[in-house]
Amino acid sequence: MPGRDHKNANWLLRLAVIVPYLWMATFFLAPFVIVLKISFSHPEIAQPPYGPVLDLTAGIDGLKAFFGDLAAKNYEFLAFDWIYVSSFFKSLQVATYSTAMLLLIGFPLAYGIARAPRRWQGILFMLIILPFWTSFLIRVYAWINILQHDGLLNAILLSLRIIERPLVWLATDTAVYIGIVYSYLPFMVLPVYATLEKMDETLLEAAADLGCPRWKTFWLVTWPLARKGVIAGILLCFIPIVGEFVIPDLLGSSSTQMIGQTIWTEFFSNKDWPVASALAIVLLCLLIVPIVTYQQMQMRAVERGH
Amino acid sequence: MIMRRGMSIFNVATVSLGLAFLYLPIVILVGYSFNASRLVSVWGGWSTRWYVELAGDSAMIDAAWTTLGIAFLSAGVATLVGTFAAIALARAGRFRGRMLFTGMIYAPLVMPEVITGLSLLLLFVALEVDLGFWTITIGHATLTISFVAVIVQARILDFDRSLEEAAMDLGCPPVKTFLTVTLPLIAPAIASGFVLAFTLSLDDLVIASFTTGPGATTLPIRIYSEIRLGVKPEINALCTILIAVVAIGIIAMSLIRKMSGERPVATGLRA
Amino acid sequence: MDADLTIGRNHSDGRQRRLAPWADPAARPLVRFEGVSKSFAGVRAIESLSLDIFEGEFFALLGPSGCGKTTLLRLVAGFESPDAGRVMLDGQDLAGVPPHRRPVNMMFQNYALFPHLSVAGNVAFGLKQDRLSKQEIAARLHEILALVRLDGLQGRKPHQLSGGQRQRVALARALVKRPRVLLLDEPLAALDKNLRAETQFELMHLRERLGLTFVIVTHDQSEAMTVADRICVMDQGRVVQVAPPAVVYEQPNSRWVAGFVGDVNLIEGRVVSSDGNRLVIESAGVGRIHLAATVDFARPGDTVWVALRPEKLSLMHERPASGEANCASGRVSDIGYLGDRSVCKLALDSGFEMKIALANNARSIERTVVWNDRVWVTWPQAAGVVLTR
Repeated sequence: MPGRDHKNANWLLRLAVIVPYLWMATFFLAPFVIVLKISFSHPEIAQPPYGPVLDLTAGIDGLKAFFGDLAAKNYEFLAFDWIYVSSFFKSLQVATYSTAMLLLIGFPLAYGIARAPRRWQGILFMLIILPFWTSFLIRVYAWINILQHDGLLNAILLSLRIIERPLVWLATDTAVYIGIVYSYLPFMVLPVYATLEKMDETLLEAAADLGCPRWKTFWLVTWPLARKGVIAGILLCFIPIVGEFVIPDLLGSSSTQMIGQTIWTEFFSNKDWPVASALAIVLLCLLIVPIVTYQQMQMRAVERGH
Repeated sequence: MIMRRGMSIFNVATVSLGLAFLYLPIVILVGYSFNASRLVSVWGGWSTRWYVELAGDSAMIDAAWTTLGIAFLSAGVATLVGTFAAIALARAGRFRGRMLFTGMIYAPLVMPEVITGLSLLLLFVALEVDLGFWTITIGHATLTISFVAVIVQARILDFDRSLEEAAMDLGCPPVKTFLTVTLPLIAPAIASGFVLAFTLSLDDLVIASFTTGPGATTLPIRIYSEIRLGVKPEINALCTILIAVVAIGIIAMSLIRKMSGERPVATGLRA
Repeated sequence: MDADLTIGRNHSDGRQRRLAPWADPAARPLVRFEGVSKSFAGVRAIESLSLDIFEGEFFALLGPSGCGKTTLLRLVAGFESPDAGRVMLDGQDLAGVPPHRRPVNMMFQNYALFPHLSVAGNVAFGLKQDRLSKQEIAARLHEILALVRLDGLQGRKPHQLSGGQRQRVALARALVKRPRVLLLDEPLAALDKNLRAETQFELMHLRERLGLTFVIVTHDQSEAMTVADRICVMDQGRVVQVAPPAVVYEQPNSRWVAGFVGDVNLIEGRVVSSDGNRLVIESAGVGRIHLAATVDFARPGDTVWVALRPEKLSLMHERPASGEANCASGRVSDIGYLGDRSVCKLALDSGFEMKIALANNARSIERTVVWNDRVWVTWPQAAGVVLTR
């Protein structure tokens, strides 16, 4: 706020803190507590409320009864059923490989745009952003058009005589990877581009002046500065991909599911809310370290902005 | 001006390929929406029949209105709350609970939507709230607050504080300074935040599916249930319309930002 | 009356120069710093500083980067508050008074013009806060724009103006409210040399015409010397010397000030004899120095420094006749031609180096002194200042 040297925080600042706080605490934080609770409960009937029910009117005894009745049964269930464990592994595997691919494709793309003449940068940047603002769903669906049995890809490959019979592209891991890389590319390009764009070109000129060949300049000057953007891009992609649902559901096979699909199935098909909650909690725990890392980065960026 | 920037062949190739990769599926989709033939493998000539069929599908039209309503309301709420959050992050200095505050604001950016959707649904059930239009709106607002906050905060941090000092020096009290000097100059960023929140809500499937109730079908939910059964040309037409709407929105927004003299730089999803 | 004790010009109608407020024990300061300290992130910017600024002065804060001069300005404006001590305006403590309620206005270094408002909008901004009537605002606007020569540009936006025009808008905006004190934060730094010189004189005329008090922060000593009635030389958060420009230049109170303001030759030596108004100092650099000075603080055996300004020295090709003359011999090691004067560097036989400034009086390309010449440098007995720190 203007005049930040004055101790009395004005009412606008107070409002600016309280309103978002209340909203996020109610609709973001509190729900996690509920998910945690549900994950420890058992489905007596296949619909809410799930026992044990916290009866506040029963006082201390009610609390004791509540905590005594919580069971880690759902977690045991998860640990010993191979479907769930393999689901987690699959998600981590897909996320790791796709993030690597995204880096390989996204970094040169971001670099290319950052090196473009200034008047082109705005347009190029907008062109990269545009797909990102189109529906995720639509873009994935667009790939179904291309990848399906009588779709465009097979048609082209057949006409070029690269293959003799139409191949199966959909319901494969390949399709999932294509879909993920396609959908998440802007998430990798954006932060990398933002970092590269801020880079002072005279640094490169200085390096060249001091006798550094171009490729070496890249490693010694460009890369260390771009690293921050790259890490942000990796986190921005990896974390959501682990929990991705739409892409594997539409483009993947039903043999091994990613964890997002598993949660969905447990919730909507099996109506087993406690198990779904337990899965969500485990997923959260898995991702907590990267999430906090990302937040630390953002906070430090804000501090520097001061 | 020194010709410092130069794109090597490699650069040009990468950028062109990258852009082609990004746009090809969309172009194909748009193309097929005008395909007179139902089959993807056969080109039956130009036709707008699918658009006509779409116009006659009243359930689809209802879903469209619902989606627009939710998008508008949730974007409005998200812009308000998100702008507050940005102000708090950029200007409130150290306050109690700042770490938790920052954490809550940034977490939804990376949180898998299934987790957010699931938790919201459980909250609404526990509170015995009727699921439907309003629960989806709340869900979308919660998700998009982070995006608005990030964009607006980046702009506030970029803002030249000597303008605020000058205003106060000339006798303008702090709150009035913010409203008459700062706010007009960060308005384009707030507008961008609104447009982004609007589009995200328009396109969201997962949170909508979790928090929806009877009578509150959104377009993404409809599209999803249809395409699970295979490609449908009407869906192609619908998608093309949605793409056009979003494209117009973004181009308009870019023009606004350009006219106000802002650099078209990343929305803040950076380190 | 002494030049350093009076203020104001000699008016053609014979009005006397009046006694300067800083020399008048009965005068009360407009701005007073009392034992003010301020730190930023553990770094001391200002250290127990006390200073008085009087009404009607053009006061300059001069010093190297980081000396705290801008911090002092911001303390008066209200953007910072002191960790210790008091800042007072008209006898009132300013503690707790926010910037928008202080009768003080600032002209920012980067001008800080509101980009979304026109010139008129910018200048009238402060008047609108005071809730003046529309006619009043229009009248004052018209007056000030004419004064700074900006009429005709009311409707333009800042990005449509040149650097010099923007600077004048910032000035008009700060002046239009007739503040008790106008603070100027390096206002001429962005202007080119000619524009800067012109604007310096404009500022002085404006101040005199409006009867206001100006406090200017600058790192450019020639600027401070040109515009100021008094200069406050600062170093590392402390005031080193406060005096009119001529006093700062001719009677610096320390080697640091002597070296910071203008060029100087500093010669270290030992006092041989001191009687009334004559001082004899023995130095390794230039031998024996005779000074006509009333110094009662220098006793025989003390180590002192003699400060000699380059323009007070003369060069001769032969040894000066008088035995008591201050002189030394050496070889010309460098000559810098600056148009109106030449600066010679002399490598004396003793090993000491001296700088001499010679006015290029004759319109001649031929130089009287050339590189590697053997010359004698001399100076009159009243030319030097004795410094004990």
